[in-house]
Amino acid sequence: MTSIYETPVGLPRRAVSIQIDGEEVKISEGATILDACKAHGTDVPTLCYGDTLDPVNACRVCVVEVEGNRVLVPSCSRKVEPGMVINTDNERTRHSRKLVLELLGSSVDLSAAPMVAGWNDQYQADPMRFGESKTVRQPVKVDNDLYVRDYSRCILCYKCVDACGEQWQNSFAISVAGRGFNAHISTEFDVGLPDSACVYCGNCVEVCPTGALMFKTEHDMRVAETWNESVQQQTTTICPYCGVGCSLTLHTQDNTIVKVTSPHESAVGSGNLCIKGRFGFQHVQTLKHN
Amino acid sequence: MVGLATVFGVGGGTSSYREVEETDVIVLWGSNARVAHPIFFHHVLRGVRNGAKLFVVDPRRTDSARWADRWLGLHVGADIALAHAIGREIIAAGLYNRAFVEGSTTGFDEYRAAVEPWTLEHAEVVTGVPADAIRELAHTFAHADRAQMCWTLGITEHHNGVDNVLSLINLSLLCGHVGRFGAGIQPLRGQNNVQGGGDMGAIPNKMSGFQDILDADVRHKFGTAWNCTIQPHYGKHLTQMFEAMERKEMRALYVIGENPAQSEADSAHAIHILEGLEHMVVQDLFLTKTAELADVVLPASAAWCETEGTVTNSERRVQRVRKAIEAPAGSRDDTAIIIELAHRMGHTEWQYPTAESIWNELRSLSPMHQGMSYARLDALDGIQWPCPSNDTLEPSYLHGRLWAENPADRGRLAPFSAVSWAGPVDLITDEFPIRLTTGRRLDSYNTGVQSGALSSPLRDGETLDMNPDDAMRIGIDNHEVVRITSRRGYIEAPVRYDSHLRPGLAFMTFHFPDEIDVNVLTIEANDPKSGTAEFKASAIRVEKLNAPVPVAGE
Amino acid sequence: MDLRFPKEEPTLAEVQALDAVLGESHVVEGWQRERGGAHLAAEQRPQLLAALHALQDRVGWVSPGGLGELCRRLDVPPAEAYGVASFYAMFSMEERPSRVVHVCADLACQVLGAGALLDAVQAECGNPNQTGVPGAWQPSPCLGLCERGPAILVTEAGDPAHEAVIAPAIATDVAVALRIGPKGLGAEAPVVAAVPQAATPQGAAELVLLKRVGVVDPTSLDDYRAHGGYEALRAAFAMGPTGVIREVTDSNLVGRGGAAFPAGRKWAAVAAQSVRTRYLVCNADESEPGTFKDRVIIEGDPFSLIEAMTICAFATGCEQGFVYLRGEYPRALEHLRHAIDTARDRGYLGTNVMGLGFAFDITIVRGAGAYICGEETAIFNSIEGYRGEPRSKPPFPVEVGLFGKPTVVNNVETLVNVLPIVLNGGPAYAAIGTAGSSGTKVFCVSGAVANAGVYELPFGATLRELIDLAGGVPNGRSLKAVLLGGAAGSFVRADEIDFPLTLEGARAHNTTLGSGVVMVLDDTVDLPTFLRRIAAFFRDESCGQCVPCRVGTVRQEEALIRITLGPRSAAQNEADLTILRDVGRAMRDASICGLGQTAWSAIESAIDRLGALQ
Repeated sequence: MTSIYETPVGLPRRAVSIQIDGEEVKISEGATILDACKAHGTDVPTLCYGDTLDPVNACRVCVVEVEGNRVLVPSCSRKVEPGMVINTDNERTRHSRKLVLELLGSSVDLSAAPMVAGWNDQYQADPMRFGESKTVRQPVKVDNDLYVRDYSRCILCYKCVDACGEQWQNSFAISVAGRGFNAHISTEFDVGLPDSACVYCGNCVEVCPTGALMFKTEHDMRVAETWNESVQQQTTTICPYCGVGCSLTLHTQDNTIVKVTSPHESAVGSGNLCIKGRFGFQHVQTLKHN
Repeated sequence: MVGLATVFGVGGGTSSYREVEETDVIVLWGSNARVAHPIFFHHVLRGVRNGAKLFVVDPRRTDSARWADRWLGLHVGADIALAHAIGREIIAAGLYNRAFVEGSTTGFDEYRAAVEPWTLEHAEVVTGVPADAIRELAHTFAHADRAQMCWTLGITEHHNGVDNVLSLINLSLLCGHVGRFGAGIQPLRGQNNVQGGGDMGAIPNKMSGFQDILDADVRHKFGTAWNCTIQPHYGKHLTQMFEAMERKEMRALYVIGENPAQSEADSAHAIHILEGLEHMVVQDLFLTKTAELADVVLPASAAWCETEGTVTNSERRVQRVRKAIEAPAGSRDDTAIIIELAHRMGHTEWQYPTAESIWNELRSLSPMHQGMSYARLDALDGIQWPCPSNDTLEPSYLHGRLWAENPADRGRLAPFSAVSWAGPVDLITDEFPIRLTTGRRLDSYNTGVQSGALSSPLRDGETLDMNPDDAMRIGIDNHEVVRITSRRGYIEAPVRYDSHLRPGLAFMTFHFPDEIDVNVLTIEANDPKSGTAEFKASAIRVEKLNAPVPVAGE
Repeated sequence: MDLRFPKEEPTLAEVQALDAVLGESHVVEGWQRERGGAHLAAEQRPQLLAALHALQDRVGWVSPGGLGELCRRLDVPPAEAYGVASFYAMFSMEERPSRVVHVCADLACQVLGAGALLDAVQAECGNPNQTGVPGAWQPSPCLGLCERGPAILVTEAGDPAHEAVIAPAIATDVAVALRIGPKGLGAEAPVVAAVPQAATPQGAAELVLLKRVGVVDPTSLDDYRAHGGYEALRAAFAMGPTGVIREVTDSNLVGRGGAAFPAGRKWAAVAAQSVRTRYLVCNADESEPGTFKDRVIIEGDPFSLIEAMTICAFATGCEQGFVYLRGEYPRALEHLRHAIDTARDRGYLGTNVMGLGFAFDITIVRGAGAYICGEETAIFNSIEGYRGEPRSKPPFPVEVGLFGKPTVVNNVETLVNVLPIVLNGGPAYAAIGTAGSSGTKVFCVSGAVANAGVYELPFGATLRELIDLAGGVPNGRSLKAVLLGGAAGSFVRADEIDFPLTLEGARAHNTTLGSGVVMVLDDTVDLPTFLRRIAAFFRDESCGQCVPCRVGTVRQEEALIRITLGPRSAAQNEADLTILRDVGRAMRDASICGLGQTAWSAIESAIDRLGALQ
């Protein structure tokens, strides 16, 4: 997000010197530790981090140790300071990351979150170790033809709420409701989407990291076991509707559009679309369906 | 486009979307961007979240207006009166940017004289907007360091749409809100690639890159490149074409990707004219109502996902469209069809193996596109024109020259336009007491050719939205089907109570012409300068179905 | 804003309740409305919590129609308002009886027999949270009446709403309260009953912060002035803002909420900000089980808090102060509200305090049942009308606090310390207590002692001395352990109580004073039940924002239940102890805020120091 929203005539930023895992790294002032790690090629897992959203640092899988700090710090939101000494991969950080993966994995279905299985191996996380325990398992909510909500997969990363809320869409159809383990994403009084403020822009689907929010096409194909990402192609083009010119990435399988996303780095929409751009592609496939 | 071209020489918005995020005041005039341009409205909202004040000027309290710090609900077609009152107030309060007006504009004295009668009190009577609201907008706009003036079809779809645009540009000139980062003028294009059509020369007076056809050097350049003679006079815009067709001067028509049988105002009349043609070719994705009238239909593929090419958006950004799926059997790419036609007409020298080769020819002829290679368009997420250089980019705003320290560097100064106000052509009378205006809904688009297949949970079909008190006064219930009559015809539609509509105002879209053809009602009163029809202002009568059927053409 | 509201209509009672708190609605959502938008909505948002209270107080729940009407008036998105309302335990999102009896099930009351009381209430009054009856009862977290538990709070929705407390209570009290409601119940014990030292002249002489409790009429500004009130503010005006900050810095006063941050440094940091708009927040959300000192101060001497806040505001340049008061403190709310109104009427608050051209006013924000809102940044979100979730630090409140402005957040006890500091000078204050811990400290002594209550002592007395001062463990029983600092604190053994109750003394003994909770457990206490209650408390009170705390507190409780209640093999227990330690460490290391970071502390100390769960 930083790159495209920099004003053209800002003050030049100073470089800050920090240490990551024993190596000196220079990074511009205002960058986060995560930015620095990425620039330095240090791998840090993230779940709730969104490249177009303000960090909420809720999942805590990206924590690192900053020497002099009593507790671990979230790398996604903490800004670098001169002289910071950062450990990203010592026993302490590995312990917390492992536990976060275990705690999440024991309560949420992470099977549609692309990176998690690999991290579980990397951190030797065993989400089954807690035995029979409380989960967020629940039926899938299917209340419209465009997208479904499967909160069994929800890690409560707040990204959908922020995308629907004042950072982007400003429709405020959903919020986090309840508290503690009962906290959940909800409309007011949990009414269905057709009775809510939802405008079906799908900008929540765009940012969901775990497949809790999913195109209905994808959901149906997954249920029918025809969803096959390995044969899908992604092509970026421009929306055919109004004159704003949003970029659409069409995900196609067997010459059919199965999902639409939008490049987050796009200066026009930063990954956001409206109902027409996100879901209004049927007119080019009706023939095929007939 | 005509208005901007008149003042600044090129027909494009002067700012970019992200500048709306970094401005102090945003005026949305005749634009329901929340619904019609949702992602542009994201930039507006980011501006608001960054502290900008938002004014929305619109007859309807639209979803956009509900985001405004203050909404100015003016009478349909009173735009120039309101703009002049704002201009007069800014001048009277001594708040205009003297240095900019004196050094970078022309025609201020005539403008001042033109707005002089428009006192706040007078404007309140004519526009229906409270004087203090006009004053608040004027003062806030003038005091702002940077302000954005944005509009859409609510300004242009009038019989005097170009004058409307000019009256708004006047305000930006008055305060120096143009030619700086964050300060500018943004017309939002209603349709995908409207801007691109103009850029490419699909307008009657310009060649590609807004090069004037009356300029002999321009004609020579294109004539040499294409080995042909370019006509030394302007062509016809849409209205003039329909007039020519009606006079039988124009007897054949080639329609590409338009549906005038349903999208033109006074559609019955439009269809009558199309039916009178000797020959009509329609090239489209679908067998539209217009295509049904055609002698020849050329099935085209969908440009946005079945072909390669470029479009230009409302912030002058040239963007690549790419082929994602195979087009249905039998359809062809628009360019392939045109090239094939050329070949059949004997021009076998038309050889363009790829979309890129066509584009590169354009770049060789249009200086403002010169630097936009496909490779750069890919790498830079599209490029805003002008882009004459292969290595560098221009600022995101236009006309910075107007702020040049040395007057000689300012180029052609920006002229004020002493336009005068004239209300809508279709008059409100006792017989037709309700003002009908038209617009869009979020989940639909134009005549529904593309959006119709979308299974939208928001869709409720076409309705006549009207003020509940107006409806109740004539005994009409919510959702009751009524007869709606204008001076041109009548239709039936269900009523939807909408408390956000002022008394006397009604609203419809033209998204569902197959069910409810709203353009039966609209007036073919066209702007002589742009050829755009007055979709925004018809006079109607609303009656219960059991009322006596009116005599047509009354 | 183009919001969409629930289709349900509000009832007349709900409309009237909102009228009373927001003023009669002039906003008609429709073409007559010219003004609106995000800026206006942001201005109105801080009224959300009070408006939710109004609905809850009037009809006993937050209905879709009531919420919709509230949202229409304040331009709040219904989903957000629902998210906020459902965050707080005091707001019911489902229809329930207008009369509710909250029976404290928390730690201090548990030591005093809350477990038996809950069983008896269940037997006599049926299951909790029943619907279709005139009154329902429910178990409650700590009600802050720990000196006289087991306690109950009785609420009744209506116009006006009524509340009353009974402590100590028996099951029959609950049955009576369910039948007749709060109005018919007897008067509450006087505040001074919670200050055992005040009962003797010798004890009273030791009091500094609590010296006026039971002495002055808490409803009389004149009486407050007759007892030295407003002398400190006069002195503060004389020494000027920098003078006040210098004295506070010299006093070495540190925050009494638990974090022990130097008050002078905090004030100086806010005073040094270039942003002119600054806020003062008094944290009176004392929700740590076993803490009730702020309640006693506010109930017994409310003007002292107002005076202290005024001094702080003068020193740091704040024009607006907020007292975030626990929602379950009816008497404190009544006394503080009256005191603030009186002070404003008499020119001690307002645009021209004491005629000296200084402007300062105080707003009470009533909490709604969320322990987390005592966290110094969660309190901002709550005041602003958002879910009381902690914010990420940095930035710290002194730079970016309430409404994004520089903010002083201090606990009630911290603030009232400023009065003697300004009157006697910082160095004189610093001379009290020890080198590392200056001044006096108010301790909340509860549980198995003869005279539970708040005790004020100069820093330096040992834990044993304090327990002795409270009369020791009664009835011939022996001391088993002391929980210091509350649920977020840690246990010490009976043989460990000879260390001085100072910051440095606690640190040296690997424990914490926290907010001053001293909960005494005798040999009759069922430790596994006590620990499960601690675990349940954190599971209930976790805001749910971060994974370690949201899921960790659940897994901690589950493991504790398995270990303490299940027939288990040694190997299974070993595995669960490993889970406790692994989860506890991740909560401590990786949680966003102090709640999660300390959710494992007490249980860990019980295992390691008391040998529990063996």
